[in-house]
Amino acid sequence: MNIFADPQIWASTLSMAVPLALPAIGGTFSERTGVVNIAMEGIMLMGAFFGVAFAYWTGSAWIGLLMALIIGGLTSAAFAWGAIRVSADQVVLGMAINIFAGGITAFLLDTVFGFSGTPVTTPKLPNVSIPGIDQIPYIGQIFTNQSILVYVMIAIVILSHWFLFHTRLGLRMRSVGENPLAADTVGINVWRLRYSGVIIGGLLSALGGAYLSIGVLNSFSVNMTNGRGYIALAAMIFGKWTPFGSFGAALLFGFSTALGITLQGHGVSSNLLQMIPYALTIVALTGLVGRSIPPAADGLPYDPKR
Amino acid sequence: MKALRSTILGPVVATLLAIIIGGILVSAMGYNPFVVYGSLVSGAFGNAASLGNTITASIPLILCGLGIAIAFQSGLFNIGADGQYWVSASASVWVGYHFTGLPGWLHIIFCLVVGMLVGAIWGGIIPGLTRAYVGSSEVITTMMLSYIGILLARYLIEGGPMQQKGFNPESPEIAQNTQLPYFNQTLMQSQLSLVAVAITILAAVAAWFLLYKTTTGYQLRAVGFNQRAARYAGMRVTLFTIIALCLSGLFAGLAGAVQMLGVDHRLLDGFSSNYGYTAIVVSLLARNNPFGVLLAGLFFGALTTGGQNMQIVSNVPAALTDVLQGLIIFFVACERIVPQIIQWYRRRRSTRSSVAAS
Repeated sequence: MNIFADPQIWASTLSMAVPLALPAIGGTFSERTGVVNIAMEGIMLMGAFFGVAFAYWTGSAWIGLLMALIIGGLTSAAFAWGAIRVSADQVVLGMAINIFAGGITAFLLDTVFGFSGTPVTTPKLPNVSIPGIDQIPYIGQIFTNQSILVYVMIAIVILSHWFLFHTRLGLRMRSVGENPLAADTVGINVWRLRYSGVIIGGLLSALGGAYLSIGVLNSFSVNMTNGRGYIALAAMIFGKWTPFGSFGAALLFGFSTALGITLQGHGVSSNLLQMIPYALTIVALTGLVGRSIPPAADGLPYDPKR
Repeated sequence: MKALRSTILGPVVATLLAIIIGGILVSAMGYNPFVVYGSLVSGAFGNAASLGNTITASIPLILCGLGIAIAFQSGLFNIGADGQYWVSASASVWVGYHFTGLPGWLHIIFCLVVGMLVGAIWGGIIPGLTRAYVGSSEVITTMMLSYIGILLARYLIEGGPMQQKGFNPESPEIAQNTQLPYFNQTLMQSQLSLVAVAITILAAVAAWFLLYKTTTGYQLRAVGFNQRAARYAGMRVTLFTIIALCLSGLFAGLAGAVQMLGVDHRLLDGFSSNYGYTAIVVSLLARNNPFGVLLAGLFFGALTTGGQNMQIVSNVPAALTDVLQGLIIFFVACERIVPQIIQWYRRRRSTRSSVAAS
């Protein structure tokens, strides 16, 4: 199996993990505060489209990235409003966001950029190599010439773990997802923390989407995320609603995708390999390999007046 | 009567709001919204063929929607109808081209039954058992199985055992005598089949009868309404959870089988149909009422066919219909805000009048 000895497969595993890990960690924030976030797929699409659109209009991929975050944040704010303020069914609302985002991005791509799609001259985010690391023989090849968002992702994984499990605000956020009534009783603003959880989730999802459109490529195509938001949801569950777990699952799922691409020439069906993330998630949920238990108040709206 | 009016009002208002916002959106892009919507309506109902197209497009949506409505009424959310649809479609196509010795009517029934059974197993067993015994959310399990099902169907015709030798990724065609007959010559091009229409209407009646006229249906709804109370009343909640999800998959499976026998005749590489997701919208808009599903399904069938015509006539991308769908569900989901606004308004008025009185 010299495939595994090739650092290329690990480099592409890392690259494939980015658009899964970022939304998965975002989903962790959202669900830890008690809001089921199925809308990640749609928010990723919004981030991907508006990222590339603004990168083209302004000529700067960085402004594109910023706008992707802003639009993703606004979309998740609309989702949050419905889920928190109106106490609407979160799954239904998430589906609404996903269908809407799929439609509006396809519609705008067609009406604004026309048949040929986003221009090839659109700038993309830079790839970087860290000077010290790229000298190390094997590891260096994995980390050489990766998108800058790969490093951002690694920072986000560590920061969000620290934030969720080692700060007071993180503890409060988690308490809101476990027992909102108790949190409310000790004076924690349940709604505000839920809004911030969902919006952090939206920002990270949009970042994951932008990685697809201006990180690895510099173009957008209809339904570009191709279900990655749902795989991210699976990664989050598989990772037991923790940042490190989500990241690990995203790496595993990214690896199965990278392996699928590598083995395509070897007569192994990529369709079957692509099933792995979904099958693993079901296994994780059945409790055969350590149970995944969601936050107790996940998906339940909280009405402080009641 | 008042109850009926209030159940219809919400979805209608949501739809109107979505249409208005969609209109603003197309005007902003420089189109005339009246022309755009006009081409949508004429594309859906303009002549016999387009009406036939609308009905044909609505059939899988209605059948999937019925299943989702049953799950909803039992307090469960079947998000994986798409996968159930494709797995069943594969199974019924396999039966359709494999057993060629049977008489036509028997072969058709055989295909439909296999489709329904496979859908029921795919939708019910794993999600039902895990939900009932380890309490894992059926939203996630049905969604994961949906992706597995779509990938499985894709595998079958892309190098798998169902690929026709030496051809494009597609399965062999089902036997001639299993293909549902088309309505008549004029409606031939819309592929409208009277048999498919009859099956759909029968399915809606069956779903309604099951839910409202049988003990099982009553128990399903009771479990959906209040699980704890149902358990206290001695109902076997575990069993009904599994039954509800199986039934839900069964209807999605029927949708797959009917579509294969009536329209596609073989498994093709068109796995992004999203029938399962649109059907969620259908059943939400219908408030999970089987006859409402018929109407809502027709409405979305009209959106689909009308959207294609709209793209040809007025150059507005058909994706606009997805925008409308998303907005409709958003507003249906958020319609709980309406009584809150009324309450807030009343409260404000009463405080103002009390201030004025003092």
